[in-house]
Amino acid sequence: MIATRTTSQNTSTTACMALEDVTISYGSFEAVRHVFLSIPRGRVTSFIGPSGCGKSTVLRALNRMNDLIPGCTLKGRVIFDNHDLYDPRVDPVEVRRRIGMVFQKPNPFPKSIYENIAFGARINGYRGDMDELVERSLRKAAVWDECKDKLQESGLALSGGQQQRLCIARAIATEPEVILMDEPCSALDPISTLKIEETMHELKRSYTIVIVTHNMQQAVRVADMTAFFNAEAVDGGSGKVGYLVEFDRTETIFNAPSQQATQDYVSGRFG
Amino acid sequence: MLPNGLYGDLVFVIEIPSVLLLLMSLQPPTVQLTSPHFDRGSLEFNPSLLRNRFNSLSTTIAGLFATIAVLPLLLVLVYVLIKGGSLITPSLFTQLPPAPGLEGGGIGNAMVGTVVVTLIASLLAIPIGVGGGIYLSEYNRQGRFAQLVRFANDVLAGVPSIISGVFVYGLIVATRIFFGQSYSAVAGGIALAVLMLPTVIKTTDEGLKLVPQELRWGAYGVGASQVVTILRVVLPAALTPIATGIVLAIARAAGETAPLIFTALFSQFWPEGLFNPIASMSVLIYNFAIMPYAPQNQLAWAASFVLVLMILAANLLARWITRLSRR
Amino acid sequence: MTRPPSLSSASSPDDLYSLRRRPLLDRLLDRGFRTLTMLLAGLVATLLLGILITVFSGAREAIASFGLGFLTSSGWDPVNNTYGAFTAIYGTLVSSLLALVLAVPLGVGTAIFITEDIIPRPAREAIGLMVELLAAIPSVVLGLWAIFVMEPALRPALQLLHRLLGWFPLFSSQPQGPGMAPAILILVVMILPIITAISRDALLQVPIELRLGAYGVGTTRWGAIFNIILPAAISAIIGGVMLALGRAMGETMAVTMIIGNSLNFSPSLLAPGNTISSMLANQFGEADGIQVSALMYAALILMVLTFTVNVAAQWIVRRLSLRY
Repeated sequence: MIATRTTSQNTSTTACMALEDVTISYGSFEAVRHVFLSIPRGRVTSFIGPSGCGKSTVLRALNRMNDLIPGCTLKGRVIFDNHDLYDPRVDPVEVRRRIGMVFQKPNPFPKSIYENIAFGARINGYRGDMDELVERSLRKAAVWDECKDKLQESGLALSGGQQQRLCIARAIATEPEVILMDEPCSALDPISTLKIEETMHELKRSYTIVIVTHNMQQAVRVADMTAFFNAEAVDGGSGKVGYLVEFDRTETIFNAPSQQATQDYVSGRFG
Repeated sequence: MLPNGLYGDLVFVIEIPSVLLLLMSLQPPTVQLTSPHFDRGSLEFNPSLLRNRFNSLSTTIAGLFATIAVLPLLLVLVYVLIKGGSLITPSLFTQLPPAPGLEGGGIGNAMVGTVVVTLIASLLAIPIGVGGGIYLSEYNRQGRFAQLVRFANDVLAGVPSIISGVFVYGLIVATRIFFGQSYSAVAGGIALAVLMLPTVIKTTDEGLKLVPQELRWGAYGVGASQVVTILRVVLPAALTPIATGIVLAIARAAGETAPLIFTALFSQFWPEGLFNPIASMSVLIYNFAIMPYAPQNQLAWAASFVLVLMILAANLLARWITRLSRR
Repeated sequence: MTRPPSLSSASSPDDLYSLRRRPLLDRLLDRGFRTLTMLLAGLVATLLLGILITVFSGAREAIASFGLGFLTSSGWDPVNNTYGAFTAIYGTLVSSLLALVLAVPLGVGTAIFITEDIIPRPAREAIGLMVELLAAIPSVVLGLWAIFVMEPALRPALQLLHRLLGWFPLFSSQPQGPGMAPAILILVVMILPIITAISRDALLQVPIELRLGAYGVGTTRWGAIFNIILPAAISAIIGGVMLALGRAMGETMAVTMIIGNSLNFSPSLLAPGNTISSMLANQFGEADGIQVSALMYAALILMVLTFTVNVAAQWIVRRLSLRY
């Protein structure tokens, strides 16, 4: 296992979340091991790395989405707001209310556009003006102009890119502190991708964002901090286990990484 | 809560996070960061919250419902196995049922009768059903005629079993078209075949559709004709789902009563050929259950035991066939 | 590769390529098999038509004699040969609808319980298997159990119901053994497996992304089930419920054995009643003359009822099929 030391770290903000020696397994198979990571507040942090390196698994661990995958277990601690999220006393529902998520495949609810936004807000106990919240969320997600005239139509009637921005609007409508994005643009065309990246720039003023991406240009464009994950074969095992190679400011990762593996990956030599 | 010596021997990724964590832990709960529009509760699970109460109440109710759903099977099985099982003797299988009011006797004729009637039904329904299924899957998947047949098949599957008895009564029993005989084993078999047919067609049609197209192209590619392709390549490839469906259809038919009570009728005696009334276990259970005599009631339980064991065995066999092919 | 000698020694150009027509027998076999299977497939449609024609022609005499009044008159009198099917029609509709009302929450609740990761997988599969095996128990065996086990056990509860709610027409008579109420309960047992199985399949088809999306905005499990998962599966569930209704209407043996087969109309669920199918099972064997025709008329009504319900079920499933 490669251990790394990062010297130049220039975060002026506090940590929002911290992973301490996190190891995640599916059944008896370890997907990613010994991750230490501190996610700064109010920044965009990206996870990059080759397929199977466990970056999406780590992301889903941040709001206990892995609970929904049978056989998935986590060792170590994920600290958020003074709590270990994996403490048995913690309510995963409350965790997900405060740490929202946007998924790889756009997954609007089979309801109207309006209800897609209002549903999450309502179950979270929203007390304000719902029309206003719907408009504000859709505006923040840069999809208001496209759907303001058809709020009562099904969310499924939108195009893929619009659906994904609707899902972003759905996530921000509940005003979480952190938004997790699992390859949000992988199913979209370049124009939609660009729009979602613009949305992210807008969002990072008020939210902490963690994004998993396959697209290194995207990481460069949107992320302040970047974590590079890699996978290595286990001794005697059949599969590969993911691990965190390096975590630093995005420009450092892409221009002067301290690890050869990172250098190889960002320069396109493998992966 | 605070990190302790966890990092001792691990060289770490970022600047000493324990300091950060310390800072985080010293902060008051981050109320200022949360929105004024939403209630932000503690991260800790609070069972008295309305949503959590509702959640656990719903889970309890669903669990209760599942228990209630399973209960009848267990109760019926327990009663049939205990009451029926205790009556199993060798003479049960070899003797005829007693006349009303008399003791003893067996259900030998009814067991033979059930086998005979089910066999007649299978001999009719399986070839017709498999043939029809082959047509739908191999010759005419989307055509109008195929759509019509599929629709008719679905409707036929929903026709109540008693109606199939009424149909055969009107067509065969009342008209006495078989050698002037009215009630007969054949009439009963036909009534059961009407019930089996939709299942056999549907499982054949759907089983054959699962066979990959490449297999057919492969057979045509080596110059096989369509008949040979279907009978020697496609049909064997779909044998498992078709066999499963047929076993289940036979099991279902063996337990059917309504189509038999006025087609095959019943007989106190050993079967006397295919064109005479014939006993069956299901009709025996019906007839003897509503008789006011204890020995007859007991035979009904014994027959239930045999019938249920046969049917459960067939169901487990069908499951086993499916599992076998998955390996 | 060397050429096969037969090609080089071919005398006519036709033989160079083996594109000769297949032997006649081969082609006839292909044709014949296709025609045979087509006839067999056509037999299904013919059969359905045959059932309709047989029942209708059997019923013609009664239709001519009693007309539509057959549906609304409740006298069924083989001695004076006057027949009306109202009691049986009422019994069929009331028993199947009330059985549905009880079975739908049970079946859908069970389906949720065994699909939504509430209990460990082996337990889920065990419950699923048991419900499926329940569907395999013959109706007549359930009837036997209902006569000797369920009804005697149930009677005190029904008597209590009568004492408490006797003023209400549905509970206005003293329970005395067989009757509508035990028949309804046995119908619940019989249609529960269909509703559970179809609901389970429908819930399993709801894509995982939708569940993740719901949990992602912070719903509880039941928040996700009631607001997102059930609505996504609802059309298939309704289709299954309709199929179950059709099954309940046509269900014969268990009902016949426990309903009491009364020819007199009573609105009370605690009194003996009748359904079309139990009337057919009971009387067909001993009927003759216009009574057979009246029974055929009743059978025709049952067919129309189940046909309507089943076609509606298919239509709902096809029309409102999953949007995902």
